[in-house]
Amino acid sequence: MAPSVVQMRTAAETALIEWFEAEAPALVGAAEERAAAMERFKAQGLPGRRVESYHYTDLRSVMRSLAPSATSSATSVPAALFEGLGGHRLVFVDGRFTQDAETPAELTIQPLQDALKVGLTPGRAMGKASDVVVDLNTALMRDGAYIRVAGNTALPEPLVLDFIQTAHEANAILARVIIEVGAGSTLTIVETHRGKASLAYQSNTMVELVLGEGARVEHIRVNEAGDRALVLSTLAARLEGGSALSSLSFSSGGETVRQQSFITYAGENASLDLRGATMIRGRQHCDNTLVVDHAVPNGISRELFRTVADDEAHGVFQGKIIVRPHAQKTDGQMASNALLLGDEAAMSNKPELEIFADDVVCAHGATCGSLEESQLFYLMARGLPRPQAEALLVEAFLGEVLEAVSGEALRDSLSARISEWLAARQAA
Amino acid sequence: MAAVKETVETVKTIDVDQYKYGFVTDIESELAPKGLNEDIVRYISAKKDEPAWLLEWRLDAFRRWQTMIEPTWSRVHYPAIDFQDLHYYSAPKNTAGPKSLDEVDPELLRTYEKLGIPLREQEILAGVEPKNRVAVDAVFDSVSVVTTFKEELKKAGVIFCPISEAVREHPELVQKYLGTVVPTTDNYYATLNSAVFSDGSFVYIPPGVRCPMELSTYFRINEQKTGQFERTLIIADAGSYVSYLEGCTAPKRDENQLHAAVVELVALDDAEIKYSTVQNWYPGDSEGKGGIYNFVTKRGDCRGARSKISWTQVETGSAITWKYPSCILRGEGSSGEFYSIAISNGMQQVDSGTKMIHLGKNTTSKIIAKGIAAGRSDNTYRGQVSAHRKATGARNFTNCDSLLIGQECGAHTIPYIESKNASAVFEHEATTSKIAEDQLFYCMQRGLDEEEAVALIVNGFVKDVLQQLPMEFAVEAQKLIAISLEGSVG
Repeated sequence: MAPSVVQMRTAAETALIEWFEAEAPALVGAAEERAAAMERFKAQGLPGRRVESYHYTDLRSVMRSLAPSATSSATSVPAALFEGLGGHRLVFVDGRFTQDAETPAELTIQPLQDALKVGLTPGRAMGKASDVVVDLNTALMRDGAYIRVAGNTALPEPLVLDFIQTAHEANAILARVIIEVGAGSTLTIVETHRGKASLAYQSNTMVELVLGEGARVEHIRVNEAGDRALVLSTLAARLEGGSALSSLSFSSGGETVRQQSFITYAGENASLDLRGATMIRGRQHCDNTLVVDHAVPNGISRELFRTVADDEAHGVFQGKIIVRPHAQKTDGQMASNALLLGDEAAMSNKPELEIFADDVVCAHGATCGSLEESQLFYLMARGLPRPQAEALLVEAFLGEVLEAVSGEALRDSLSARISEWLAARQAA
Repeated sequence: MAAVKETVETVKTIDVDQYKYGFVTDIESELAPKGLNEDIVRYISAKKDEPAWLLEWRLDAFRRWQTMIEPTWSRVHYPAIDFQDLHYYSAPKNTAGPKSLDEVDPELLRTYEKLGIPLREQEILAGVEPKNRVAVDAVFDSVSVVTTFKEELKKAGVIFCPISEAVREHPELVQKYLGTVVPTTDNYYATLNSAVFSDGSFVYIPPGVRCPMELSTYFRINEQKTGQFERTLIIADAGSYVSYLEGCTAPKRDENQLHAAVVELVALDDAEIKYSTVQNWYPGDSEGKGGIYNFVTKRGDCRGARSKISWTQVETGSAITWKYPSCILRGEGSSGEFYSIAISNGMQQVDSGTKMIHLGKNTTSKIIAKGIAAGRSDNTYRGQVSAHRKATGARNFTNCDSLLIGQECGAHTIPYIESKNASAVFEHEATTSKIAEDQLFYCMQRGLDEEEAVALIVNGFVKDVLQQLPMEFAVEAQKLIAISLEGSVG
């Protein structure tokens, strides 16, 4: 037998390990979890093409070096991304948590360190999933928030998690937000990511959601990170019986983006609606990876992801539906559709099913292609110039994903962003 | 919805305990010593009376193999294989080049009779052409024992013979094409095969010829502690057509046996190759003891413009199946097809699928894969469809469905769909209820209850796949026709 291959540590890997070793004493709480996560990272390193779940997003070569830890240039709290949306806003300036208003009565908010110090366990929403980006976040997270929503409460206004990079030099941001939603409560979460243009900053953020029985959560993640940024954004959710989660990832920013969602069904009759709208151009790379783990019977999941790739952009969709033994009557439907607008654009789809129960209905579909010539012809025959006809078709293609957004103002604002993106395309 | 009764019963009849071909032929064999080293490679080469270039080719592959690591990415689990505990060559004695069937050991003939393989050429009586004639190359352990209809094929210019004979008689063709589709460096098992391949079939169809009959190879593993490493090479020259069938069985043994074959297909301009397999190796007993490890590399190269390669497989045997018959769509306008029904039962593990690599302009491909898992088996479809930068106008349609019967089995789908060309159109679907409401309505309106209606429609669909098989194989596959995919998962 040939000896197994031992990979050399890259500069970024060494820097991450050294950083952990230097900072470890200063990192508050969850010492065991942090150390265990770091050990896993040391064993695996940054994942490259040979790691199945990172086959299309070669983190090992993308993350050549590690940006210095977060410094901030902000002197005041920046304005919200969605003006007029209202709601309660939690701002994470270069990963540092600040609140810009008083906490509403329905919520309990603590800085993450305080919660960890008194024994909050991170990673409960991850279920059986394991991921190296999450491990890095666990080992190195320094700030964030722990939020609790009491049982049977309906929050009228959204909770806004505003992640913003402000430093003038490239930096590394690590933050985690853990949200527990009590049984029967209703909540809307808007998670936004922004940062400076032309700056190769690195962001690794995670939102953990634990939905109590019958809780209903709508989660909208908007990525408008700087055009050189490496954005690693994770959502992990644990669904108790009868709860419902709807989550939309709306992405147009960043240079290399990986948006992950790990969903675990912990109770029966829970439902999930995961959606994604991705617009990429230039040399952008956007990876949407999901793992939906039906561990108990009678779960329903719907996944719909739409990607539009222009120029030389590369879209990735990896979706995995797992149906564990005895998770009977599971109903899972997953679809990924991609439109390639640029001749050099590429799309990689990997919709996976892993099924161990016999009485289930699961399906997936994946399509990839360019705009239909006959549809363009139809519109052009009616007097629309080609760019407008194209824009109309693309808007319709992405628009379907936005239909699930319940807040009208937010929905309009997102569809305006699609139009802006298309207008910029025509101007170019 | 649970699977219909009919399907459950059908799958039961092909359960591992019902394996019909598990008998052992009592025949004296000549075995290479156990183990694998350069001497064994030389031994095999000498046995086959091979030219120096081929020995060198084998040794290169062997040296490379020693540096390789066994792949572990597939969804199958098995104890480590001891490659030194195998015989790499086994041949029934007294088979050195029989001129006619009369010279073949009668024990061997009885074996093939028992397996239902026609080795006697049917005589043409008073000008009545028998229907469905098949030329057969029978491979027993490491050697080809007989090839039928050689004379008649020769008249048409078709070369159909054991590959060891082709090496001697048509070295220019073998040297030109061997290893050009599956290079010796391709993967662990293909490299191993390149080093130690023993026999297999060679087919050459000259330009413009439509092969007058079906060609078939029947593989039989008999000896204990042996691995079978056959190599098949089929070349369809410009404008030709050939349909090739492959069948295989092995005796019931408690040990696991290794079968690592390589199949290479080359289709030149306007040529078409249709390759069908009914894989029925011994699957092991219901406790997972014994059975064949079927680690096979099959690849077709659509080298010429408008060429076509079509794979059809019915997979029911083997303890572990690990094979991905693929098409490299290089020629402009070439097309590839893959039709598969994979059934696993007992403790069987299947990780199978296809690859469609679109390189040329306006290439098309179609994948229809049906997986059925029962017992405690695991059935995985793994497929790749990719379009490279220059594959303008590439088109793929994939449909894969799977069905689980029972609570202890698993069915998995892992497709990789990669497009680097905006004008390529790829569609992948894996659905449960592709039955149109109007079809159901039509059937039910005529008095069928819903279950019967579903069975009727789905069976009609599976039949479409089975009909891709040539007549001769359809009989063997017939028993699978009753399978429905109701209650299936994508």
